[in-house]
Amino acid sequence: MKLLTLNFLTCAIKACKSSPASFPLHPRDVELEIVESDINLPFLKNILPRLMWAELRTIAAELGLPELPETAPTRDHLVEGKEEAKEGEEVDEVPSQTARDLHRVLLETTVKEGKLVCGNCAHEYKVMEGVPNFLLPGHLV
Amino acid sequence: MSIAHTQGAAYEEQHVHSVYEQIASHFSSTRYKPWPIVERFLKELPDGAVGADVGCGNGKYLATNPRVFIVGSDRSTNLVKIARQHEPHASIVADNLSLPHPEGTFDFAISIAVIHHLSTPARRTEAVKAILELLCPPSHPGGGGRALIYVWALEQKDSRRGWDEGHEQDVMVPWVIKGRSQKPHVADQGDPKNQVQDKTFLRYYHLYRKGELERHIEEAGGEVVEAGYEKDNWWAIAVRKS
Repeated sequence: MKLLTLNFLTCAIKACKSSPASFPLHPRDVELEIVESDINLPFLKNILPRLMWAELRTIAAELGLPELPETAPTRDHLVEGKEEAKEGEEVDEVPSQTARDLHRVLLETTVKEGKLVCGNCAHEYKVMEGVPNFLLPGHLV
Repeated sequence: MSIAHTQGAAYEEQHVHSVYEQIASHFSSTRYKPWPIVERFLKELPDGAVGADVGCGNGKYLATNPRVFIVGSDRSTNLVKIARQHEPHASIVADNLSLPHPEGTFDFAISIAVIHHLSTPARRTEAVKAILELLCPPSHPGGGGRALIYVWALEQKDSRRGWDEGHEQDVMVPWVIKGRSQKPHVADQGDPKNQVQDKTFLRYYHLYRKGELERHIEEAGGEVVEAGYEKDNWWAIAVRKS
């Protein structure tokens, strides 16, 4: 499961959803795996405004990954030389180091085994062979 | 939780979930061609849209538009393992009635041939409600999200099954895995792929009558913006009212 997925996941228990503590889920006892893939700049640019940056920073810190910058990058930050380019100047869209770092952490860094824990109710969801399982036992449905 | 609800869940476990878990790879090998209405819905999305495919099965709709991001979910672990291959998307094991997504976050959702597997009217309406709750509300700056829901129709007299108006709506539908015609080698006999006889699995379906899907959407707090019939199925595109 790629870390980007955690940006769209919370506890499956209804009563937890209104509690801010239920998002994000906290990875615990995890085995990470890097699954390399081609960087897709338009995809990164498009997904950028949807990222819950503070929460992703928390997750990266909890996993002991390199610290993410304090504020979210802008779309221009993702393109090499875009910030320095004069207005109206055409720049070949080459992914910047920021874009490569983001690709690495969100799309290539995956949880292979471990647990995702709700910060509100402490329920644990298992991740096995890269697949997180959110099925609840009968008494919690 | 009501007794009907608990019984519904147990019934579906036996007559839907465990069947898909067992037929996953054979089922998946027969599910690759996207239905035109679903394909159109997904291809018309703006680049960068984020959505959910609730009951994604083998993930065949995850391949339709690589410029959006979809979190697919299904009850069947074996189907999710097949769905996982579709980049850049994600797939998880989850129940339609207990989805692990923050409410009001998705630009779109699809539910293709899923809610007809829920075994009571209350559970079917609840499933629609759970899908609508995923969508951005109409007050969202980028506009509200849209859901495409697709269900099997009762009215399909020209199909192989031949059901039509007036027929029983709650049915068990066979799924047959063909056995081998010739005699297997002794050494192969332990392998289920080498079984000699056909194996039949029965899946529960509620066949939707004209107008029934729209009624469920309204009961679930949604508004139908477009609806129609396509090759033995009813479909509707819905938005949240608030």
